[in-house]
Amino acid sequence: MKTLDQSGGLAAPATRRKQPSPWRREAIHAYVFMSPAILGLLLFTLGPMVASLLLSFTEYNLLRPPVWIGLENYREMFTEELFWQAFRVSSIYSVVSVPLGLMLALGLAVLLNHKMRGRMLFRSIYYLPTVISGVGVAMLWRWLFNAEFGIINVLLGYAGIQGPAWLLDKNWALPALIITSLWGIGGTTLIFLAGLQGIPQELYEAAEIDGAGRWSQFRNVTLPLLSNVTFFNLVLGIIGALQVFTDAFVITRGGPNHATLFLSMYLYQHGFLYLNMGYAAAIAWFMFLVVMLLTLLVFKSSPLWVFYESEKKGGRS
Amino acid sequence: MSARSQSMPFWRTRKGQDAIVTAAVYAVLLAGTAVVLLPFFWMLSTALKRPEEVYISPPIWIPSPPQFENFWTALTRVPFHIYAVNTAIIVAAVMIGTLLSCSFAAYGFARLRAPGKDLIFMMVLATLMLPGAVTLVPTYLMFNAIGWVGTFLPLIVPAYFGSAFFIFLLRQFYITIPAELEEAAKIDGASVYRIWWSIMLPLSKPVLATVAVFTFVGTYNDFFTPLIYLSRDEQRTIAVALSYFSGSPRIGPQMHLMMAAVTVSIIPPLLLFIAAQRYFVRGIVMTGIKG
Repeated sequence: MKTLDQSGGLAAPATRRKQPSPWRREAIHAYVFMSPAILGLLLFTLGPMVASLLLSFTEYNLLRPPVWIGLENYREMFTEELFWQAFRVSSIYSVVSVPLGLMLALGLAVLLNHKMRGRMLFRSIYYLPTVISGVGVAMLWRWLFNAEFGIINVLLGYAGIQGPAWLLDKNWALPALIITSLWGIGGTTLIFLAGLQGIPQELYEAAEIDGAGRWSQFRNVTLPLLSNVTFFNLVLGIIGALQVFTDAFVITRGGPNHATLFLSMYLYQHGFLYLNMGYAAAIAWFMFLVVMLLTLLVFKSSPLWVFYESEKKGGRS
Repeated sequence: MSARSQSMPFWRTRKGQDAIVTAAVYAVLLAGTAVVLLPFFWMLSTALKRPEEVYISPPIWIPSPPQFENFWTALTRVPFHIYAVNTAIIVAAVMIGTLLSCSFAAYGFARLRAPGKDLIFMMVLATLMLPGAVTLVPTYLMFNAIGWVGTFLPLIVPAYFGSAFFIFLLRQFYITIPAELEEAAKIDGASVYRIWWSIMLPLSKPVLATVAVFTFVGTYNDFFTPLIYLSRDEQRTIAVALSYFSGSPRIGPQMHLMMAAVTVSIIPPLLLFIAAQRYFVRGIVMTGIKG
């Protein structure tokens, strides 16, 4: 672009150099407007990403300058039992909580889309836990899951079920955190709801004339037309699930016996408790690669199950 | 059709079927509402109990008389007002930064032409999918190197460099504003900066409100960032202070005081949600459609 302008400047009269072309002036203004985003990208994303990669090849504890140790951090990580435990915990959590959350949210969205009195109130109630999240609610859940006096086991007791010790039981601590995550599906639900409202009503009417029942309408109209929203929710769900921190930190502190040691907890411990900055960077890059791989997988598989508007119009795009 | 429905029992008619479905939907949604609200009820119930009423079985559902002084006790045993002021400073500074930087950048992305603009926009959007962990350590080291760890600056300053999702939201809105509005101002000699400030900003108030409420809730509930950057007790935000309560000898073992503190801590986002519900919904609807 620049060289083009310069060669043009040779042929054109000199006055053009004094007054920059409207095109170029607009571009300069555009860069000024975009500058917060560009600087943010460089300072808080691209720069740190590269630095993080470099750091992951070093040993660095803040006290002495970093020492280049090549792939040693990664070798240590892959032979460390606790790392694999953390990987297992994060994987199980994501594999269970994301699909379960999507299904529940979709079902809930369909119900909340049903024409009836008071549905706005219901929508607000179901969205509430998304607004009121964070530490306070995590502490509340710790109390709800209390083995002896927590409301959950009290209610199970009324039903004649002896509830598990939840947060104290290494088999039940992770399920407890998954249950906690399902309580907060309000955001996903509202995104589905917005998608549902975008489906033209005529399609349902046409399906009904063809004799399709409610279930068939759901299978053949709702699901395909909502698949792009599902896709969006799935990608965001995976990214979110792999980064869970507050609940693990406040409710279980990674325990009992590392049963809820998420990758993010493991990273926090090494980075900010033991000050193994190089090792923490290696964990971070591993997480990054896993998320990229999964996102890529979802994107690549999307033509198989995501239905795009353009196909409906006969591929006019 | 009408003749046939006369002979059919009500529950097999079209109207009857609809009524049954609606009743079933109500039943499921009411049961779900109980599940959603029960934790809040239990929180409030515990917060209003006397200490000896907390750890007993069978439980007391509605404490009588309710111990309203628990709230006062919980808030005065720790310097809660300091945590509240810290939180307010951080939230306010982050909100100002986010609103200014995101709308500024979004205007550039929406309205002006420059080589590489689309590529930059794609890269900004791609950061939405980036797990925060990957930038965490170097960002911390950077703030540590310039002596900002232990101050509010690492929590506030990044907000002045835009946030991908909100830039996206605002850009989508600016694109829908008719260009004639700007043309008139341009003829009058207004600069693009002037146009952004005195035309686009006032027009985008509803979207800015959406950005503001989401920023408020996100910053207020944020736990990890203040946890790693703020170390001294008098700097803690409400979120971090709460997490220390369980280990505190003054509050820790006393569940009724802890639940009182938790109840107080959820009041600001709760009030905001009640007051600004439509802005939350608008933001989500915009995400859903563009997703």
